[in-house]
Amino acid sequence: MTEKTLLRLITCGSVDDGKSTLLGRLLFETGSAFDDELALCGDDLSRLVDGLEAEREQGITIDVAYRFFATDSRKYIVADAPGHEQYTRNLVTGASTAELALVLVDARKGVLTQTRRHSYLCRLLGVSRFVLLVNKMDCVGFDRAVFDRIVADYAALGEDFTAIPVSARSGDNVALRSRSMPWYDGPSLLEHLEGIEPEAESDAGPFTMPVQWVSRRDRRGFAGTVTGGSVRRGAAVRVMPAGTRATIARIALGERELEEAAKGQSVMLSFTEDVDCSRGDVVASAACPPEAADQFEATIVWMAEEELVAGRQYALKLAAQSALATVHTPKYEIDVNTLEQVPAHGLQLNGIGVANIWTDRPLVFEAYEDNRDLGGFILIDRVTNETVGAGLINYALRRSNNIHAQVLDVTREARAALKGQ
Amino acid sequence: MTLTHLQRLEAEAIHVMREAAAEFERPVMLYSAGKDSSVLLHLARLAFAPAKPPFPLLHVDTMWKFRAMYELRDRAAAEAGMELIVHRNPEAETLGINPLDHGSSLHTQMWKTDGLKQALDRHAFDAAIGGARRDEERVRAKERVFSFRSAGHRWDPKRQRPELWRLYNARKSKGESFRIFPLSNWTELDVWQYVEAEGIEVSSLYFAEPRPTLERDGTVLMVDDERLKPGPGEQVEERWVRFRTLGCYPLSGAIESRAATVAELIEEMRTGRQSERQGRLIDRDGAASMERKKREGYF
Ligand SMILES: Nc1nc2c(ncn2[C@@H]2O[C@H](COP(=O)(O)OP(=O)(O)O)[C@@H](O)[C@H]2O)c(=O)[nH]1
Repeated sequence: MTEKTLLRLITCGSVDDGKSTLLGRLLFETGSAFDDELALCGDDLSRLVDGLEAEREQGITIDVAYRFFATDSRKYIVADAPGHEQYTRNLVTGASTAELALVLVDARKGVLTQTRRHSYLCRLLGVSRFVLLVNKMDCVGFDRAVFDRIVADYAALGEDFTAIPVSARSGDNVALRSRSMPWYDGPSLLEHLEGIEPEAESDAGPFTMPVQWVSRRDRRGFAGTVTGGSVRRGAAVRVMPAGTRATIARIALGERELEEAAKGQSVMLSFTEDVDCSRGDVVASAACPPEAADQFEATIVWMAEEELVAGRQYALKLAAQSALATVHTPKYEIDVNTLEQVPAHGLQLNGIGVANIWTDRPLVFEAYEDNRDLGGFILIDRVTNETVGAGLINYALRRSNNIHAQVLDVTREARAALKGQ
Repeated sequence: MTLTHLQRLEAEAIHVMREAAAEFERPVMLYSAGKDSSVLLHLARLAFAPAKPPFPLLHVDTMWKFRAMYELRDRAAAEAGMELIVHRNPEAETLGINPLDHGSSLHTQMWKTDGLKQALDRHAFDAAIGGARRDEERVRAKERVFSFRSAGHRWDPKRQRPELWRLYNARKSKGESFRIFPLSNWTELDVWQYVEAEGIEVSSLYFAEPRPTLERDGTVLMVDDERLKPGPGEQVEERWVRFRTLGCYPLSGAIESRAATVAELIEEMRTGRQSERQGRLIDRDGAASMERKKREGYF
């Protein structure tokens, strides 16, 4: 029973599509809700996932909430991002850690502009699996034609997805298969989720581990979370951005020694050699370490009331690296409703734009699409200290000068070879 | 290699603690001797081994914890080789504030809420690492992992920062601080499964044994010392009980049970199906009471 896997989801949908009811239903059906909480809900399961006082008064959810449910074989963490028009910020936040998106559509309304926007944002943030849930099928007489039409509309968006007709309120096809829709012979939502294979190791890319903390006891230990690939004892690595070669002498988790550490694990590494390595450095596979650069093109999501000021310096955090960053005037903005590139006039709250950015020191990075942890960064206002933007690195504009050119050439070739496989 | 849910939760908690240790000048770990504290302490030791965790432990005492909790607290701190700071609100001590005469609300406010603020201010701690989980309360579902507190320790929902990926913004001005919650994504069941898998010592009070108890207002309380006296019509009886959550003993409702091992506890949880706060008398003060307490600076 303790051998469960973990799957992180995000729910997307417009207000009133039935997101809360669906989540409440999943909690209920998997036995993840307690009797006293259920008693407070009456027959409205959406009340299981109620929010904060201020929101309750306004009758809307205004922030990302994280909910949990579990079956015998899997624990689910659900980022419940509100469906309200303005909340691109929340959806992006929730999607940043999600592996799968549940896209809700009201059967009576069909695919809306918001459906399109949410799917786009999830894709942008690297969510690779989508489930289209056509909800409230009871309201359209469980009609197959309605479902088919919505599936065809959604398919036109070009995403890869699985479609399931459901009624969150009555539970049809949520955990149990529906008796009212004999024409549907696919799995229920829960059956589908249980069958999802975790990300394959071969997809994890080359080994990278940003160093968070250096322990100085006995032999020096370099602590961090593996953000790509895996590493074994004895492996040859490089410490970036310097490019210093080293050999892994020991991989530890507490007092336990490990043979191998894989993506997602937090470990402590020691090297055979005495090398310089501090917080912010990235320990990486010697064959294809990530590059360092100080000029990038990035897609930026703006998250603050005060608009982006081109030319102003913001504090930037990428993995364990901190720098000062200047964002140039965005080249264009993405209209999240039409997905068209439109001329940018600055970047306002919930705006998404593509801009060049430069930093006051080289950063070890990977393209966001290759590695979320080494390609995603936040921008912080240096006066208010608030997180004002999130950025996804597309590519470097210029290699940083203080990197050994030789390391880089090796890197480029190795990476090209790796991608070509 | 596919990581299990416990491995992923463990890795996330360790990551969060290392981030806190790296980003703050004076972090502290809150330690109450409950199961979440036991797990948190275990994870802190994993995160920094072979070195000791680079922060002290802080216990905000109320004078009314179970005796077994004080014993475990001292032993666990000594075993970890960590400094243990115990703070008691001097004002509450002078006024003799207690849950029996003054009620749970005032008792909790003065000893816990005010006491925590005093302790953080006195030692100039800028981050307090605690074991709160998002599944404990519905209003906690939106709590950040790095939860920002304005000067005066106030929690303002509008000033919380978006948290993307594994990135936490720890910047702050003078007087501002953070609460850090490495167990945010754990459920009660995850905690017990992890306790079992790692063989972590938790308080014996979580396991059923015959204990002296009395029943008051429909709740079974343990008579942990002579300060809790039977009132008219009440009598002390031995019952097989255990506790689901631990706090001040006169405010912690016992559950009649025979579950004596973690495996039996987990089995009872599957069938029992009451939420954790059932036994917590402080949460019965009002519907959204937890949120109000948080705004005032409760953990
Ligand atoms: N008939 C029907 N109503 C539903 C269904 N799912 C949700 N609803 C109702 O739709 C309304 C909005 O649902 P809610 O879950 O609050 O939507 P949210 O805003 O997306 O969280 C509520 O009145 C629900 O009872 C369904 O499958 N069938």
